[in-house]
Amino acid sequence: MAVAEIKTTKPQTGFAEFWFYFSRNKGAVMGLAIFLIILFVAVFAAFVAPHSPSIQNRDVLLLPPGWTQGGQWTYLLGTDAVGRDILSRLIYGARFSLFIGLVVVTLSVISGVLVGLVAGYFRGRTDTIIMRVMDIILAFPSLLLALVLVAVLGPGLVNAMIAISLVNLPHFVRLTRAAVMSERTKDYVIASRVAGAGTLRLMFLTILPNCLAPLIVQATLAFSAAILDAAALGFLGMGAQPPTPEWGTMLAEAREFIQRAWWVVTFPGLAILVTVIAINLMGDGLRDALDPKLKRS
Amino acid sequence: MLRFIFGRLAVLIPTFLGVSLIAFSFIRLLPGDPVMLMSGERVMAPERHAELMHQLGLDRPMYVQYFDYLGGLVTGDFGSSIVTKRPVLDDFMNLFPATLELSLCAIIVAVLLGIPAGVIAAVKRGTWLDQSLMGVALVGYSMPIFWWGLLLIIFFSGYLGWTPVSGRISMMYFFPQVTGFMLIDSLISGQAGAFKSAVSYLILPTVVLATIPLAVIARQTRSAMLEVLGEDYVRTARSKGLTPFRVIGVHALRNALIPVITTIGLQVGVLLAGAILTETIFSWPGIGKWMVDSVFKRDYQVVQGGLMLIAAMIMIINLIVDVLYGFINPRIRH
Repeated sequence: MAVAEIKTTKPQTGFAEFWFYFSRNKGAVMGLAIFLIILFVAVFAAFVAPHSPSIQNRDVLLLPPGWTQGGQWTYLLGTDAVGRDILSRLIYGARFSLFIGLVVVTLSVISGVLVGLVAGYFRGRTDTIIMRVMDIILAFPSLLLALVLVAVLGPGLVNAMIAISLVNLPHFVRLTRAAVMSERTKDYVIASRVAGAGTLRLMFLTILPNCLAPLIVQATLAFSAAILDAAALGFLGMGAQPPTPEWGTMLAEAREFIQRAWWVVTFPGLAILVTVIAINLMGDGLRDALDPKLKRS
Repeated sequence: MLRFIFGRLAVLIPTFLGVSLIAFSFIRLLPGDPVMLMSGERVMAPERHAELMHQLGLDRPMYVQYFDYLGGLVTGDFGSSIVTKRPVLDDFMNLFPATLELSLCAIIVAVLLGIPAGVIAAVKRGTWLDQSLMGVALVGYSMPIFWWGLLLIIFFSGYLGWTPVSGRISMMYFFPQVTGFMLIDSLISGQAGAFKSAVSYLILPTVVLATIPLAVIARQTRSAMLEVLGEDYVRTARSKGLTPFRVIGVHALRNALIPVITTIGLQVGVLLAGAILTETIFSWPGIGKWMVDSVFKRDYQVVQGGLMLIAAMIMIINLIVDVLYGFINPRIRH
């Protein structure tokens, strides 16, 4: 007699479960794929880019894209007003945009989570003061505050990143605080407090891991918002300074040619748009995968 | 209700003080002092420098200066521009209608298109219509609007020659400012073609500024509708034989609109940030362009006063939205 085969499935690991829900969202997978391509191009810019991003070729000023009349295939997306290859500048520019997003998200997540944890855990006067300060930051339109901050600190990429991190901060503080407040009175937290866990352990090891889902989603949104804001500051002349091939800065340089060279304006913006769409698609997928309320079954 | 309003007002006061402290300290954090900035490249004798510092009251202790500044704010004195010497408040009042006109048009467009788009997407959930509407919304939501503006200029102003590129109305028309709203003033003036000209100047900036709020409102309406459509009372309404139009338009939409109205209120900050970029691209003479220009001219009195006025306005608008929200949704009044 054949032994009845008992099928047992291993319990899914956290990541496998996450991937199961994430991969159901086709848009999110597409966003992830586009994001990985941009990441690859940015990391290996030196090998991928057909030309140097800074060498000015005086023979090919404002050359149109390769497929149009008068274009050359070696300059696929054309050249700018001083004869630099636009495609190569965009490829190197991807480095700046991803780097800006990464730095801004890291800075604002770390500081926002710390401040939010403190506010939500201790409550009382500490909480009131922290939340009032956040209200003050939120009272200004974020781009205006970032613009003035950069003007005070001095125009440049680093200061732009600091300014954008600061205006992003309140979102993380509020989110962490709200999550901590709903978690801290739950049984498992009280149980570990009774078991003798100290404040730091309770804050970071007991409560924080259970508040991560909304933070991850917000971090994705902040990543794309940071890229847009940094490009906007670059466009206004307060972000990365020329000749840095940052996409917003490239657009600012291209503005005077909008009537006669559409390609110098079109492609940098398209690069920003595609990157931001990819990240937002991923953000939507993350939200669906991490929010238990939306999970089907 | 009154208690609710006063409670909100009480929270505004410390926030307002904090905002004033930030605006006040910004210009003091700068390297150099305002007198050096005003003198520019010229060399100044130390005595003259001290005299000017005294004239401007900058030699007094910081806290005295701050309270003096606060006292000014209360009486409506927001300082004067270093460059033009005009009071900041006057400039703000002159330029604000332009920004308000543009923002109102943008939010009207965003609401009129965004809510129906969201409702249709929710009702037709999962169909190609839903997917394409939400695809367009995602693009709008991810749009670098300064680039979007340039593209529209290239196509509609450059290639087709349909719309003008910058300003609020053609130079051909001149009439006194009555309301500050170009659309209304041009109608009042009675000059043939003035209104049409004002509209043609307004179209592209409105489209650019409306893009992000439109996408956000459409997405929010869709998810709010989806939540409501699954409720029991919607099923009841359906089962008692009401027309689908009545079920969706009256029973579902009215409840779905509550979170959407919050979203619309939250767009005020987004609109002002967008106005900074939109006005810069289209040379629209509003407060966004005014602030950017002042930052570049290092006119820090204007930056300080402008920050104050804009923050105060946002706080007041948020308060109004909160109160309206309290009217619509009595549950949060507690």
